[in-house]
Amino acid sequence: MSRLPITKTPKPYVGGAFIRSESGRTFPVRDASGAFYANVPQCTRKDLRNAVEAAAKAGPGWARRTAYNRGQILYRLGEMVEARRDELVGMLVRFGESRTAAAREVETAADRLVYYAGWADKYEQVLGNVNPVASPHFNFTVTEPMGVVGVIAPDVPALLGLISLVAPVIVSGNTVVALASERLPYAAILLGEMLATSDLPGGVVNLLTGFRAELVPTFATHAHLRGLSAAVGAAERKALQLGAAESVKRVHFAAPESPAAWLADDAQSAYAIREFLEFKTTWHPVGA
Amino acid sequence: MVAPSSPPALRRLLDAIGTVDAVGVEERVAKYATRSIKKAAKVWGLRKAVSMVDLTTLEGKDTPGKVASLCQKALRPHDDSVPRVAAVCVYPSMVRHARRALGSGNGVRIASVATAFPSGQAPLRTRLAEVRAAVADGADEVDMVINRGAFLAGDFGRVQDEIAAVVTACGAAALKVILEVSELETYDNIRAASFLALRVIREGDFIKTSTGKTSLNATLGNNQVMLEAIRDHYLDTGIAVGMKPAGGIRTAKQALQFLVAVKETLGDAWLTPARYRFGASSLLNDLLRQLEKERTGAYQAPYYFSEAAESY
Amino acid sequence: MPSTAAKKSPRVPVRSGRPAPELVFGDLWTFDPAPETADPKLKPRYDLFIDGAFVAPKSGRYFDSINPGNEQKLAEIALAGREDVDAAFAAAQRAFDSTWRRLPGRERGKYLFRIARLLQDRAREFAVAETLDGGKPIKEARDFDVPMAAAHFFYHAGWADKLEYVAPGRRLEPLGVVGQVIPWNFPLLMLAWKLAPALAAGNTVVLKPAETTSITCLKLAEILQDAELPPGVVNFVAGAGETGAALVGHPTPAKIAFTGSTEVGKHIQRSLAGTGKKLTLELGGKAANIVFDDAPLDQAVEGIVNGIFFNQGHVCCAGSRLLVHEPVADAVLAKLKQRIRVLSVGDPMDKNTDIGAINSAAQLHRIGELVASGRKEGAEMYQPPCRLPAKGFYFRPTVFSGVSMSHRIAREEIFGPVLSVLTFRTVEEAVEKANNTAYGLSAGVWTDKGSRILKLSTELKAGVVWANTYNKFDPTSPFGGYKESGFGREGGRQGMLEYGQLA
Repeated sequence: MSRLPITKTPKPYVGGAFIRSESGRTFPVRDASGAFYANVPQCTRKDLRNAVEAAAKAGPGWARRTAYNRGQILYRLGEMVEARRDELVGMLVRFGESRTAAAREVETAADRLVYYAGWADKYEQVLGNVNPVASPHFNFTVTEPMGVVGVIAPDVPALLGLISLVAPVIVSGNTVVALASERLPYAAILLGEMLATSDLPGGVVNLLTGFRAELVPTFATHAHLRGLSAAVGAAERKALQLGAAESVKRVHFAAPESPAAWLADDAQSAYAIREFLEFKTTWHPVGA
Repeated sequence: MVAPSSPPALRRLLDAIGTVDAVGVEERVAKYATRSIKKAAKVWGLRKAVSMVDLTTLEGKDTPGKVASLCQKALRPHDDSVPRVAAVCVYPSMVRHARRALGSGNGVRIASVATAFPSGQAPLRTRLAEVRAAVADGADEVDMVINRGAFLAGDFGRVQDEIAAVVTACGAAALKVILEVSELETYDNIRAASFLALRVIREGDFIKTSTGKTSLNATLGNNQVMLEAIRDHYLDTGIAVGMKPAGGIRTAKQALQFLVAVKETLGDAWLTPARYRFGASSLLNDLLRQLEKERTGAYQAPYYFSEAAESY
Repeated sequence: MPSTAAKKSPRVPVRSGRPAPELVFGDLWTFDPAPETADPKLKPRYDLFIDGAFVAPKSGRYFDSINPGNEQKLAEIALAGREDVDAAFAAAQRAFDSTWRRLPGRERGKYLFRIARLLQDRAREFAVAETLDGGKPIKEARDFDVPMAAAHFFYHAGWADKLEYVAPGRRLEPLGVVGQVIPWNFPLLMLAWKLAPALAAGNTVVLKPAETTSITCLKLAEILQDAELPPGVVNFVAGAGETGAALVGHPTPAKIAFTGSTEVGKHIQRSLAGTGKKLTLELGGKAANIVFDDAPLDQAVEGIVNGIFFNQGHVCCAGSRLLVHEPVADAVLAKLKQRIRVLSVGDPMDKNTDIGAINSAAQLHRIGELVASGRKEGAEMYQPPCRLPAKGFYFRPTVFSGVSMSHRIAREEIFGPVLSVLTFRTVEEAVEKANNTAYGLSAGVWTDKGSRILKLSTELKAGVVWANTYNKFDPTSPFGGYKESGFGREGGRQGMLEYGQLA
């Protein structure tokens, strides 16, 4: 008699725990052949609110970590993704990617985490500076994280897109509430399991699954979100910018032109980190 | 000595006593935690720590019965091989019950928090009356709180005068001056407040970190700042004052680290209950547990020890 | 600067009548020995590491590495001769041409991350080996040398794929093969300082450890193998001065990086004259640690102790000249003596040891000679009473007061646990005295006043200025000297630039 496999209940990762939507709603996801695969929570505005609370709670502690420690944790996350490479590739294939494309996406995602891990104790050396002011003052500009940042991931590539947007935001000490790909939410479900085993403190990255149309307006207007990093189309861009204006929120659209462009080296840079930094300049007299 | 209630009061006091660098203090005390204390030295330290415990119950739900069992534990923490603790520490209303339970002349002293503990927010005459009442009921030691409001408002003269008034009210009882370090926040403030107390208290009195009623209590850092204040005052005046960290010290390992700080800052003469105390409740059983482990070689279950708080 | 002497009275005990109160640091509570027991996994014999393999020296000659803590032999180390150095450079050149320079930065970085992780995995084992071989307290090897070495690999790993940010506007190309010679005071850490940026920038390496401390270097070769680093990218040749001369004089390396004495540094600089090779030197020091009267004195004393007694004072940037503001000179000296009383001197393997063994008999002799000169020239010496082990090379922590700028102990690098205390009256005098040396590696400033810190940091001719702290190191923070303390920086962006050419 053949063995019946145990199916996994998908739960998004919020506040260091695996949750169901407070609404009790789910939506079915189907694999590339159209067969039912699982029910995924359809997160709501309230779930988003709760996730922002969790991110805000985790923020100060995460920002206080040393840059070295944040780098080590991001690297550890890279180790986790690499270790579950086969599972991730299998998942992408199940939802319709070719095996070659899936492998490339997963490998690039792991490398991208390592790339940003390396920035943790360096971006300040590139983006901050000492300013030669014309008075007897020592004047220097340092960066600081903004706080809680909303991320809206692209539909494709679901895994690499999400990781490419989240990593540069958290490396500097921001915390994130991210909306996963609507078409392929299962990538975020697996990523959550890797986040949970990566030494990343709970609440630093919070992943929501659900419908863009339902959640994007709340991302735009939630005043406690200090920034938004969104891979969205033209119509949603304007809606986000309009909503963001009310709380003077920084909005950054990260959208390589094609899904393939996410794979390229120039989809990553120190300037992606810069988008979610504040700059602080201090003056101090020099004199005995 | 200290000008009353002018804004630069703290600056002037710090000019006289010196400032503290927070990062430097924390680096210093981190070294205590790396001391490795084994075998005979460990047993000596654990036994010494037991003898320094002010076994404490300070709850609204305290009753004569609870205090009586605390006193019993103080007299015989585990078996005959273990020394008695230094004192029990209770609210003033419980002093007479403690006295009845302990009797007198058996080496365990009665300490009572007074002066509207823990906030100190009562008129001075009320606070002094409370001190006198506790002493009259049989308290050997009084744990007072300083006026943090006056301190933070820069009214150092008032802080010091109030401590002096409590010294008088104590009579023969020893005084422990609680700075409530979490409300003072900075090491500079802790050093300054230590000196306000040191300058008016007597040989054999103590300064103490905290009430145990706020989120942050005794740490190696504020313990160090206060030990250094005691040391500087002693070398300056010859008056030896004791130290009592309170709250937050729950494990034997922590207690040994605090004792290492005493050994390396004030030296051998302070490694005695007459000059160093631990304000604690759950610490005692962990000390006993580690002593038994040293004796038997086996790790001990918490429920082997009386009055254990752990119910698992 | 206004004098602040008047307000200081409470800090200087002035009493009459009773005997002055004293603190007793006796033996009421002495700690039992707490030896570290982790296995250092030493081999009886260490060969050279060339082209990815351990190879015997062509000459077949080996020398002993002894434990300075007890003078016992730890292992035999292969002595590299000219032919071995040739083989190492040939391997390095091959590796550079065939693999390393063609590898994308991202992949080079992954090797460095692997090395960092494997070193973290085996941290305690390496710490024990470092302590046995070099004599430093296990506490320091465990809490400083090894984790900091891993941190250097980790930091530089991240640069490998970000070189375009190191030199904005230009491209940073590797130099080729690099020759490196490191000292015995921080064997593994100095190795990491040298190796990590060189590899991150795309160079290949031939490195010589110091002859008294080769073991952790050759143990690291095991990690390089486990990390599957391509053969020849890193090569280790052990030996003394002759091996070093063969390495430095070899035609292959495009750059020499040296950390060690100023005397040898000058010799290397002369020998490279006209060759067109790049050179960085990190040499000796005689740092001033300047304490003002408004400093947080207890923390300053801690910094003074850390500045001169860290690693037995075998630190090129040691705060070996204490400059104290006159109003607090007595108070600082008194606190310093108290603090030294509770330092534990002895067996480096004991977890409670603060000051371990002097690295070698030769170094012990040199320290003794300079201390004798200090006494002869009339400085007042203080050493705490402490028992030293019968075997091994040990020296008591020593403080000389009443030192003037013309004393030998104020001018020459002692490289041992010996502090010379001088006084000053004004900021200007402090700066003059601090800068009155051919060295310029580091300096310390202790004051509560921020503007004064920045003033001194502006005026001090030193590559590193520590304010209200001392002997702090970080992979992100460039380190290196002014004047005869050398040139070039290690760490940070500046350090990366030393290992590339601009294209």
